Amino acid sequence: MNLDIENASLILSALLFAVGTAGVLVRRNAIIVFMCVELMLNAVNLSLVVFSRSLGLEAQVLVFFVMAVAAAEAAVGLAIIIAIFRHYEGVDVDRFNLLRW
Amino acid sequence: MMESFFFLFFAVMAAAGAIMMIASRNPVSSLMYLVLAFFALSGIFVLLDAHFLAAVQVIVYAGAIMVLFLFVIMLLNLGHREDIDMRGHVARLVALVAGSALFAAVAALVFRGDRTTLAGEESRLAVEAMVRSRGAVGALAEPLFTSYLVPFELTSLLLLVAIVGAIVLARRRAP
Repeated sequence: MNLDIENASLILSALLFAVGTAGVLVRRNAIIVFMCVELMLNAVNLSLVVFSRSLGLEAQVLVFFVMAVAAAEAAVGLAIIIAIFRHYEGVDVDRFNLLRW
Repeated sequence: MMESFFFLFFAVMAAAGAIMMIASRNPVSSLMYLVLAFFALSGIFVLLDAHFLAAVQVIVYAGAIMVLFLFVIMLLNLGHREDIDMRGHVARLVALVAGSALFAAVAALVFRGDRTTLAGEESRLAVEAMVRSRGAVGALAEPLFTSYLVPFELTSLLLLVAIVGAIVLARRRAP
């Protein structure tokens, strides 16, 4: 396999997704966990842009929708974090057990 | 040659930004490293001929969404160092193993897979001809406003619901 720019982009996308996963597992701050999720969404976007070059531009339409959904998700998620911060006086995900029991 | 140099530059920038984001203890520096990674990804989008998405990446992601994150960090006063933020050694080991396993699995797929069987050379040439004749924006607009018109309109509804939901959730309850 030749390591052209497309395959290298797919490797980079895998790396960014793995870093995002590790970040979700290692951090306690809810906002940083959220930022890691955004990074994972961007890694997937990079994969889709690579595939759009050979499979058709519908993949780029999908990237467009992912960006719109990420914007909506960020707005709602940050509002939830603000509401939880008011309740618990912190954004430590280990202390959130509203839905656990 | 020039292309691979720029790709290497942006790829190292994106990977370093992502790793520094999860390693930095200060939330504001974490956010700045993430913005760096997003800018680098936008450069890679340009190298992959997705010029419109590169612009949207900078405007929407690095601009709007990251400013929203920054506002929330400042609003909740989280800018100072928090030593409790990082988990202990067990969780770090689990994260390292899970991240490496995930990366190895996907990278193995890329190395073993043969994407030429997924789509022939004519499909790639058709995409290139489309981009050449209509430009990066027009080539994206054509499927967006024909086959995907209903999902596109539904996106506006989603954003409206998200705005209303964010206001309702973040509002102070009346005593």
